[in-house]
Amino acid sequence: MGQNFQLVVVSAGTSDPSSTRLLADRVAGRVTTLAGKRAQTVGTTVIELRELATEIANALVSNHIGPKLQKAIATLRHADGIVASTPVYKAGASGLFTSFFQILDNDLLIAKPAVLAATAGTARHALVVDDQMRGLFAYLRTVVVPTALFASTEDWQDNGLNKRIDRAALELVALMTSGFEKTVRDESWGSYQHEYGSAGGTELTIDLDSDLMRLAAGGA
Amino acid sequence: MQFGIFSVSDITRDPVSGETPSEAERIDAIVQIAEKAEEVGLDVFAIGEHHNPPFFSSAPTTLLSHIAAKTKNLIVSTATTLITTNDPVRIAEEYAMLQHLSKGRMDLMLGRGNTAPVYPWFGAEIRQSLPLALENYNLLHRLWREDVVDWEGKFRTPLQGFTSTPRPLDDLPPFVWHGSIRTPEIAEQAAFYGDGFFANNIFWPKEHYMRLIQFYRQRYAHYGHGTEKQAIVGLGGQAYIAKRSQDALNEFRPYFNEAPVYGHGPRMEDFMEQTPLSVGSPQEVIDKTLTFREHFGDYQRQMFLMDHAGLPLKMVLNQLDLLGEEVVPVLRKEMEARQDLETAKPPTHAGRVQDKYGDGPVRQPKPNANRGDNVTGGSPYQDSQ
Repeated sequence: MGQNFQLVVVSAGTSDPSSTRLLADRVAGRVTTLAGKRAQTVGTTVIELRELATEIANALVSNHIGPKLQKAIATLRHADGIVASTPVYKAGASGLFTSFFQILDNDLLIAKPAVLAATAGTARHALVVDDQMRGLFAYLRTVVVPTALFASTEDWQDNGLNKRIDRAALELVALMTSGFEKTVRDESWGSYQHEYGSAGGTELTIDLDSDLMRLAAGGA
Repeated sequence: MQFGIFSVSDITRDPVSGETPSEAERIDAIVQIAEKAEEVGLDVFAIGEHHNPPFFSSAPTTLLSHIAAKTKNLIVSTATTLITTNDPVRIAEEYAMLQHLSKGRMDLMLGRGNTAPVYPWFGAEIRQSLPLALENYNLLHRLWREDVVDWEGKFRTPLQGFTSTPRPLDDLPPFVWHGSIRTPEIAEQAAFYGDGFFANNIFWPKEHYMRLIQFYRQRYAHYGHGTEKQAIVGLGGQAYIAKRSQDALNEFRPYFNEAPVYGHGPRMEDFMEQTPLSVGSPQEVIDKTLTFREHFGDYQRQMFLMDHAGLPLKMVLNQLDLLGEEVVPVLRKEMEARQDLETAKPPTHAGRVQDKYGDGPVRQPKPNANRGDNVTGGSPYQDSQ
């Protein structure tokens, strides 16, 4: 039976074309191919953070979520898999990239499989993905694939990068195919922390039997 | 329907003149603004409560009592009274006193307050703010309805045989609004007691509080206070008005760009498109405000934020002329014409006295002679057991 997956690429690359986007696209391409071999189809949507930069900055300082940002949030909410790719600046992921993920509701990405990727001008930044980006995605309760992708300028001439892309793509396909996200969300969604209106405006469950609700109704 | 203005009480540098008003100037100004609100035919003036600079309104009942004394018809209210860091006993006493002095021309809106450092100054912590708000209001509700209260809770020291004085005017507790945009527990509490529910309506996406208002209406009906349409809803909003739209945009832009909360952020045009802010001609403000009832249902009170972000007094007074003379009369007529017949009337003291007593006698509590305490013997009042 052919499953259909929604893959969302989030790229914080700033030039066009950017190597950051290129790396993400290569992953997305391999995910599509590998899924195709299993009679699965993949629809890919790209979120270019460069186009959201102003709204991201506004959201950080004023809590105001603009329309482009709302659309990006809705796209991520429907993602079966995520490829998140950023350039490395000053030994860390781009501020645009981390700011975007810091704005999201804590529960938006729960249990979603993700590939993390970074590009840099020097191999000295190679551990940024594993040392820094994983922590952010762990906080968001995503499942990051074991293989981290990193490409400095010399990696683009090295077939080793392709092998690692293949590995990461297969890991993502395996996680998406397993139905991990669905199982967790169907059976355990209530055991994660939520706020009214979180998960991108979709978490609207009101538990009338909670202690606080009883207190609201006079405390009896 | 009631129309009014609410002030945050911020003292903000005027970005055009570069001047920051002194506390004395801003406090004088707010009294003039409230008097102007009455003069131009608005129904309500409400003030916020803060305990840190650059805000002046730490003692709202003192200010509101002064304003009530200088006006004849204006209802004075709050936006909001902190139900978390204030002792509910003091709220009961102060607002009952305000109710007497204003002859019932008052109500209040409760809020939790989102300035974390304020909480510890009053012996509380912000992480407890929701249970604190709920418990405090449960107590406040009883203090205004029972002559003698025995009470024990999690946060406040227990009460034995306590009587909050003065008893509410005509033994009718002040009307209470509960302000919230994303907390179902607050909506539930408002519904449980049959109180009003208020959404400040400054930020959109509005879907969150649209649903919350709907939840409040359902629960209001569930608890038997009336139908969903009879629930009491209030909304905020903000506007800047000029005869010509382009003038409104030009005049307000420097204030918008440096406004606390959303200044240095979105472009004004984007913010207007994406939030309830209207900047434009009277007709543009009317048109936008009329859309609110389509989203939230018929409601009882519309408040506007008009004196913030460093706008100088002269401009604010001019805004109030335009609001009172050109915007509100049309809104009043249009809103009331469109209103469902079932919609509840806005809360007023006279109307609520009528609801409670009909044509019967109105209770006027008279205390018994001083016996040193309330704990021994029966009721402290002559007419109760």
